[in-house]
Amino acid sequence: MSVTVWVPRDAGALALGAEATARRLVAEAGRAGAAICLRRNGSRGLYWLEPLVEVETAAGRIAYGPVAAADVPGLVAQGMLAGAAHPLRLGPIEGHPWLASQQRLTFARVGRIDPLDLAAYRAQGGYRGLARALELGPEAIVNEVVESGLRGRGGAAFPTGIKWQTVRKQPPGPRFVACNADEGDSGTFSDRMLMEGDPFALIEGMTIAGVATGATRGFIYLRIEYPHAFEVMGAAIAAARAAGCLGADVLGSGRAFDIEIRLGAGAYICGEETSMLESLEGRRGEVRVRPPLPAERGLFGAPTVVNNVITLATVPAILADGAAAYREFGQAKSRGTLPLQLAGNIRRGGLVERAFGLTVRELIEDYGGGSASGRPIRAVQIGGPLGAYLPASQFDTPLEYESLSAIGAMLGHGGVVAFDDTVDMLEMARYAMEFCAHESCGKCTPCRIGSVRGAEALDRIRRGDDPEANLALVGELCDTMVQASLCGLGGMAPFPVQSALKHFPADFRRRRPGH
Amino acid sequence: MNAGAPAGAADESRILAIVERHRHRDGPLIEILHEVQDALGCVPASAVPVIARALNLSRAEVHGVVTFYHHFRGAPPGRHVLRLCRAESCQAAGGGALERHATSRLGIGFGETTPDGRLTLEAVYCLGLCACSPAAMLDAEVHGRLTADRLDALLDAGADARA
Repeated sequence: MSVTVWVPRDAGALALGAEATARRLVAEAGRAGAAICLRRNGSRGLYWLEPLVEVETAAGRIAYGPVAAADVPGLVAQGMLAGAAHPLRLGPIEGHPWLASQQRLTFARVGRIDPLDLAAYRAQGGYRGLARALELGPEAIVNEVVESGLRGRGGAAFPTGIKWQTVRKQPPGPRFVACNADEGDSGTFSDRMLMEGDPFALIEGMTIAGVATGATRGFIYLRIEYPHAFEVMGAAIAAARAAGCLGADVLGSGRAFDIEIRLGAGAYICGEETSMLESLEGRRGEVRVRPPLPAERGLFGAPTVVNNVITLATVPAILADGAAAYREFGQAKSRGTLPLQLAGNIRRGGLVERAFGLTVRELIEDYGGGSASGRPIRAVQIGGPLGAYLPASQFDTPLEYESLSAIGAMLGHGGVVAFDDTVDMLEMARYAMEFCAHESCGKCTPCRIGSVRGAEALDRIRRGDDPEANLALVGELCDTMVQASLCGLGGMAPFPVQSALKHFPADFRRRRPGH
Repeated sequence: MNAGAPAGAADESRILAIVERHRHRDGPLIEILHEVQDALGCVPASAVPVIARALNLSRAEVHGVVTFYHHFRGAPPGRHVLRLCRAESCQAAGGGALERHATSRLGIGFGETTPDGRLTLEAVYCLGLCACSPAAMLDAEVHGRLTADRLDALLDAGADARA
């Protein structure tokens, strides 16, 4: 009998050598005369332990990690294939405290199954949501999503059900579902992990959105920086089509729905929904003036549901188990769970899906284990390059929409990047302006010009060149950008700058020439 | 806008074949540009009028799209492409020092190719590998938790040796 061994094919695991580990496992098992069945999964999201190898035993899946290719001969010799003891042995993976303390609804299957095994997807609850949705019909589906309290996980946090309702109520005609998979925020990778680890969840979620709103075509706008996700999603769509889960007659319901992937081309702004629609139509990704909302006039002028990967991939679980079950998680107006992503200078980085309400400190200390460098964490940036920097005095803030908003920060897509005490906040403020200048679509002046002038003024402050006047200028530029930009890029790029100025003023003063 | 030299007959027929494959699709231009770049290594200025004519767009419209997106290049890259992440998470984990090491070792800046045509260095803003920062891609392979030594080893074992 052969032993089943799992090695992730997630891009993060590959970046840490999972492919070499997998090859070495096959070779060493062969040399030892042991029959193994090598299977590939997504990542469990415990990246400091990647490549994380799991061996199926009578006692469940036993994990070892991090397993470099060079560790494999020793592990195999010491009985890893029987789940034997070894310094790298982590025990039953599902009981690992970092994982066991999480509440994984959206990520329930990620890391547990072969992402392209449709039978395994169904066996672990997949397509129960769509089956129920088809019974309920459009209006009841939308009500269910409204009731669940689900808000857009891409960053804007708009109630998903309300958006679907708007699309559903448009006059008859074509509609589209457009999935925003342009996950460009630094510190975020949950979309990537989900697409690489459980692509059918996204396909099922988009199909439910189609049934609810009357759309028969869906697009996934996927960033070109994610070639592994592109490959997995493409194969999953083909498999879903072959199994009748997509196509002219979805699950024998008589309803049509199909999905096409469109690759981005390296423009951060295309994560903004109207810019993404322009790009999907084959044009420059310049933002559109709203109204009309995409729900009224979106892709190719038709009513369009625009949702993030995580939002859509969460819908099947809501439909399968009901809105009430989902609402039980979370607090106040932040219902359900949030897949947080812990990154930057952190000892134990990865994916933490929990009900809303975990504090920054619990995340970076209990899960993260402090900085990777061992130095104190001085600041965290939440919500990507447009998100505010929080100083240690704000680390007890709960990670939920309203609490962060109350301190002038935002949750965004749930990425949390830690910086130790060597960080120069003037440099980070300057980078925010530089990034905005690099990525500005150029349509509005506050963003296009303000960001360039902002970076220049911060350079002068660094040189000690009339710092007071230049600090005042940066303040004014930030105000103008926030007030007058067309979209969130120019409108929010000042947030990291303003928060750095407010919480870390010393970094902007007493600069000496050359520093 | 510099239209460049006219596309050679061979390139032109390849470009037209690509356009033909996609023209029935909704909003095909970016899909076409991707395939042209995959086939030719870049989207040369000479491709712009060919695509524009075939899609009944103005040259300005096509040029505008090509130049809007960082991914599309006007000239082919070196034999290898190193894409170093410059975003915040990688900066927090020593990305700045890695960047300085790469540029000094290679003797080129971002967007440049070594004089021998071996390697092009590109900046990338997030590869989604932020839990193992700093990260980079060398050709199609992803690498995390890079240090100056590991980057040197990669360049020695990979790009330099294979080139």
